[in-house]
Amino acid sequence: MEELLREYLPILVFLGIAIALGVVLILAAVIIAVRNPDPEKVSAYECGFNAFDDARMKFDVRFYLVAILFIIFDLEIAFLFPWAVAFKDVGLVGFWSMMAFLAVLTIGFAYEWKKGALEWD
Amino acid sequence: MLSADISTVLPELILAVSAMGLLMFGVYTSKDKAAPLILWATAGLMAVLGLWIAVAGDGAQTAFNGAFVDDAFSRFAKVVILFSAALILIMSQDYLAKQNLLRFEYPILVALAVVGMMMMVSAGDLLALYVGLELQSLSLYVVASMNRTSVKSTEAGLKYFVLGALSSGMLLYGASFVYGYTGTTLFSDIVASVEGEHLPIGMLIGLVFIMTGLAFKVSAVPFHMWTPDVYEGAPTPITAFFATAPKVAAMALFARVVFDAFGATVGDWSQIVALISVLSMFLGSIAAIGQKNIKRLMAYSSIAHMGFALMGLAAGTETGVQAMLIYMAIYVTMNLGTFAFILSLEKDGKPVTDIASLNQYSTREPLRALALLVLMFSLSGVPPMLGFFGKFWVLNAAVQGGLVWLAVAGVIASVIGAFYYLRIVYYMYFGEETDPLDRPTSPVLWGVLMVSAAVMVLGIVNMFGVEAMAKAAAVALVN
Amino acid sequence: MGIADFAFYVFAITVVTAGLFVVVSRNPVHSVLWLILAFISSAGLFVLLGAEFVAMLLVIVYVGAVAVLFLFVVMMLDVDFAELRGEMATFVPFAILIGVVLLMEIGLAITVWQFADTAQSSLMSAAPAADDVQNTAALGQIIYDDYIYLFQGAGLILLVAMIGAILLTMTHRKDVKRQDVLAQMHRDPAKAMEVIDVKPGQGLS
Repeated sequence: MEELLREYLPILVFLGIAIALGVVLILAAVIIAVRNPDPEKVSAYECGFNAFDDARMKFDVRFYLVAILFIIFDLEIAFLFPWAVAFKDVGLVGFWSMMAFLAVLTIGFAYEWKKGALEWD
Repeated sequence: MLSADISTVLPELILAVSAMGLLMFGVYTSKDKAAPLILWATAGLMAVLGLWIAVAGDGAQTAFNGAFVDDAFSRFAKVVILFSAALILIMSQDYLAKQNLLRFEYPILVALAVVGMMMMVSAGDLLALYVGLELQSLSLYVVASMNRTSVKSTEAGLKYFVLGALSSGMLLYGASFVYGYTGTTLFSDIVASVEGEHLPIGMLIGLVFIMTGLAFKVSAVPFHMWTPDVYEGAPTPITAFFATAPKVAAMALFARVVFDAFGATVGDWSQIVALISVLSMFLGSIAAIGQKNIKRLMAYSSIAHMGFALMGLAAGTETGVQAMLIYMAIYVTMNLGTFAFILSLEKDGKPVTDIASLNQYSTREPLRALALLVLMFSLSGVPPMLGFFGKFWVLNAAVQGGLVWLAVAGVIASVIGAFYYLRIVYYMYFGEETDPLDRPTSPVLWGVLMVSAAVMVLGIVNMFGVEAMAKAAAVALVN
Repeated sequence: MGIADFAFYVFAITVVTAGLFVVVSRNPVHSVLWLILAFISSAGLFVLLGAEFVAMLLVIVYVGAVAVLFLFVVMMLDVDFAELRGEMATFVPFAILIGVVLLMEIGLAITVWQFADTAQSSLMSAAPAADDVQNTAALGQIIYDDYIYLFQGAGLILLVAMIGAILLTMTHRKDVKRQDVLAQMHRDPAKAMEVIDVKPGQGLS
């Protein structure tokens, strides 16, 4: 257990330094920089006009479809990692079990392809 | 060893593989034009599997280290689920085709939902329970919002999804407590690790959360909020599906968990079940009175009926489980008939669900009106219809289990509930004259309605042997 | 206090604070960013527990994919969040009540928690000894074999998710020209092209 955590120590140190550096830079900007705001400077600016409306707008639902299909295959990949790592130990059953799993997902993929979900329009 | 496991799950495997095969067939041929063919193939396969399980199933086997249990109890539930799902599929064809909703994915999603339900009723492990439940729920969320251009249908799907996800979360939270206490997810090990009459505090919290999650799925009060909206918003054939097979699966799963995993401490859960049972019966009966939409009315009706079925479970005895199973079988038959009637209600080619449109129905369609009268009497539990015997069984089980107060409450609730069922009958026979509905044409719907009504009358002779099968199922579960 | 303990408190405090900010921050995009911080910190907690694989999954799947999806959803919904937030105030007492109940239950469970006598042995029977194998390999040894039933069930769930996502969101426009790769490859230049000798002063008729 200790052994395992020690392997992660560099990441922890890295995280610590990254956060510290980030904080230092932000604080430096707050402390050192000259700030002299007036109403014109801090007002919203868009090509010489005040902002017309909210920046939020509807995204096409197709982005969502791509994202969710990505997540599904991402999860499928997640199952492949332990299988690959333990490949020597999983035996024949484990091998075919993964093949069946992949077959199910391939059917999904074939469906998605033929249905046209991978085309943009 | 694996081959033995696979032969135990063969029905599920066949259904899942066929569903995938049909998916490929559909997408590589004419897509939605192949939908009727795929629909009939799925329905036929389900019926064949149901027959096979009913005839060939014998004894009790476990597979996959106990995660899957095949016994008389699971077979009883599976047969009911498979037959009702097959019938619903056939009933829905005309309606969906008219609404332009007959997608070829629909029967496939229903088939995969049924696989999930079969996994649920056979679960012997908390994880198997969860996987089955999610497979079922996920398919149901999708079919609920299948009519995606309708605001109500998408709203139904979204509400169902959000509350379903919440209930799954609660169930998992409870399961983690149980796992934390016992160190295992296997029902048989969980029940073995409890000593004494009462559960330790951690387990008790786990049990309460698991039961909360399951109560959501059977839509028992106070976790029923989604039911009326989802029933109203989803396309009618899908509402009919929600009211039948998933309810049986969830109820069987409920029984499976409380008896297999917590069977040693009946006292701890029986009072919770009794409480949600009495609340469901009363809320279902009272809230249905003001409903004008027949689908909403059926939603409250199903809440009340779940309360009665839970009453059998609350008794915590073998008779109680037998009563619950008989009740569920009768409930499904009644609902199939009633929804066959609702599906055939049309005016100018558009489906109507307004109760007031039934005014004077009996003068135009005397036979159908009579069939619905029989079904409504049966739903409200008027003797000598079969529905009365279902209620009689659960009341009897509750009295035998020492829950006399619950039985009395049940009688009162069913008297209140009778009001709104009889109101429909009143409209049909004595309502004011309104614009007539279209003449129903579908022979399938006519057949299901008539058979269901006939069963309600003829079944009182010997219940077609359901009593004995339910008895065997209850023995398999409780002992 | 060792480094491990120190790291635990840092991560734990970050998770709780980030979780709080997910709920209270005014801008929904900021909420998602806080959520990502919460995911990463929980990944740290999982590492401290020795569950490396789960930690990495949290980073890959939740931070890499789910958070992106959340951002999509937040941007896709054209909702006035300020208005929603105003309504939120009415639910705060109810939410606090539920929170307190949950907290009390956890407290109750922790203070009087006891393990079943069989808990230790049944925990041990499922997994290979932790010292011999590394985390991911230990998972790999049991998922595909002992838990094959659940594994295939998970596969079916993913399939349903795929069918559902496509069925509910896919719109196919009829009025666009699509590329047909097969037709392109089987195009025969001899048939598709014609060389015409045009005489000067005459057009093509």
